[in-house]
Amino acid sequence: MEIAVTVNGQLRRADVEPRTLLVYLLRETFGLTGTHVGCDTTHCGACTVLLDEVPVKSCTVLAVQADGSSVMTVEGLETDGRLHPLQSAFSDHHGLQCGYCTPGMLMAAWALLRETPHPQPAEIRRALSGNLCRCTGYQNIVEAVADAAQRMAQEVG
Amino acid sequence: MFPAPFGYVRAESLDEALAVLAREGPGAKILAGGQSLLPMMKLRIAEPALLVDIHRLPALTGWQETAEGLTLGAVVRHSQLERAEALQEFYPLLGRTARWIADPLVRNRGTVAGSLAHADPAGDWGAALLALGASVTLRSLTRTRELPLDAFLVDIFTTALEPDEVLTAIRIPKPAGRPFGTYLKLERKVGDFAVVGVAVNVVLDARHTVVEAGIGLAGVGPRALRAPAAEAALIGHPLESGGIREAAALAAEAADPVSDRRGSRAYKRNVVRVFVERGLKALADESRPEVGVTA
Ligand SMILES: Cc1cc2nc3c(=O)[nH]c(=O)nc-3n(C[C@H](O)[C@H](O)[C@H](O)COP(=O)(O)OP(=O)(O)OC[C@H]3O[C@@H](n4cnc5c(N)ncnc54)[C@H](O)[C@@H]3O)c2cc1C
Ligand code: FES
Ligand code: FES
Repeated sequence: MEIAVTVNGQLRRADVEPRTLLVYLLRETFGLTGTHVGCDTTHCGACTVLLDEVPVKSCTVLAVQADGSSVMTVEGLETDGRLHPLQSAFSDHHGLQCGYCTPGMLMAAWALLRETPHPQPAEIRRALSGNLCRCTGYQNIVEAVADAAQRMAQEVG
Repeated sequence: MFPAPFGYVRAESLDEALAVLAREGPGAKILAGGQSLLPMMKLRIAEPALLVDIHRLPALTGWQETAEGLTLGAVVRHSQLERAEALQEFYPLLGRTARWIADPLVRNRGTVAGSLAHADPAGDWGAALLALGASVTLRSLTRTRELPLDAFLVDIFTTALEPDEVLTAIRIPKPAGRPFGTYLKLERKVGDFAVVGVAVNVVLDARHTVVEAGIGLAGVGPRALRAPAAEAALIGHPLESGGIREAAALAAEAADPVSDRRGSRAYKRNVVRVFVERGLKALADESRPEVGVTA
């Protein structure tokens, strides 16, 4: 089936089987391998992307369901070669070790900060509760998101 | 992991979806949020020949509140009810149940109606909507029928839906007084299905007498269960500790769990008793904020 999806602001077309999952459209057809496949069973959140600005598990959405929609992946976070405040805060706070969960964490955190620009730690933990990390113990991730919120407020202000 | 090959139609209208179901027979399946169906297809537990996607049908989105009650469209998502502050006054149980379902990412796509149609015995909406006395509207190309949820839920992963039918709406009657409701869930880890889930809902009149009561149970039977004897024991009385304990014991008797790696039959029954008591006590405290919490 012919589909058209706006990915990180760019309209892209593809001819896919209905059974193609969104994550494989992104990784294999469009070559955007920043989005990871972890469990492939809807549990880990490594594959989280924004579908029309809403974070979803892209291993559990069909590519054909995204036809006509916009998708943002981790590759869409930086602007003009500059890291997004979330990305630099993750780096500064050691919010990642192996980095496998990080793209999904970043997208879920992006959606949280859009709705709740000044989240409490409990709100951050709740918003990230669909994203599993096997390395960090989460503490540094929570601190990174809280710091990114401050950095973004300063950028705006 | 990939599903087996299938055809895909994004329905442009409800009538189109119904016509496709009527033409294609049992090989065709409705696709709503896909949060139960797609994982099953990837594991090849389900291999439908055709998916009829309704998740963006405008006719099935959103809800309507009237003097009679609340009507939820079939593609209302868990996350919408989690955030629906306007529904807290008359339907507090909805938001308090939604926040327990899966994780925020699954809640952003999964639908309430899809959950009922899927009929997982550990699903949370069956218990909550039984406690609210909900009914469902089922439509095919040639007929429309309305069933109490209790009649819709038949057995494990089995409902009254015919292959040519779509669950188009969920109706919840308006409470006849001040409603109080909450959901309690025992899960092994965040976002897991319930070992035991308990929905409690009571409606009080101006004298604090219970005029309506609903208790729904998840994970403790082949389908979500009501606890009618426990509900009856509450009605006509103030919400107080003696009556609460009696209702909790009766609800435990209504549970029919099986022993598995999540717990024994006796343990799960006991959790039902404890949760019903805890939930009703919390509602009693909430209903008398001026008196404060008394043990
Ligand atoms: C990791 C994970 C954790 C979860 N945890 C929980 C949990 O804790 N509690 C809980 O209750 N649920 C849980 N779920 C299930 C989740 O709530 C699903 O969203 C829900 O069960 C199905 O809704 P859906 O819209 O995704 O339906 P789909 O997956 O699209 O469909 C499910 C079934 O219902 C049928 N169907 C859907 N809509 C209709 C309709 N309108 N008319 C007729 N048939 C229809 C489909 O044909 C299919 O057979 C979890 C899921 C995952 C992946
Ligand atoms: S890869 Fe999608 S949830 Fe784990
Ligand atoms: S950094 Fe390794 S899984 Fe999170």
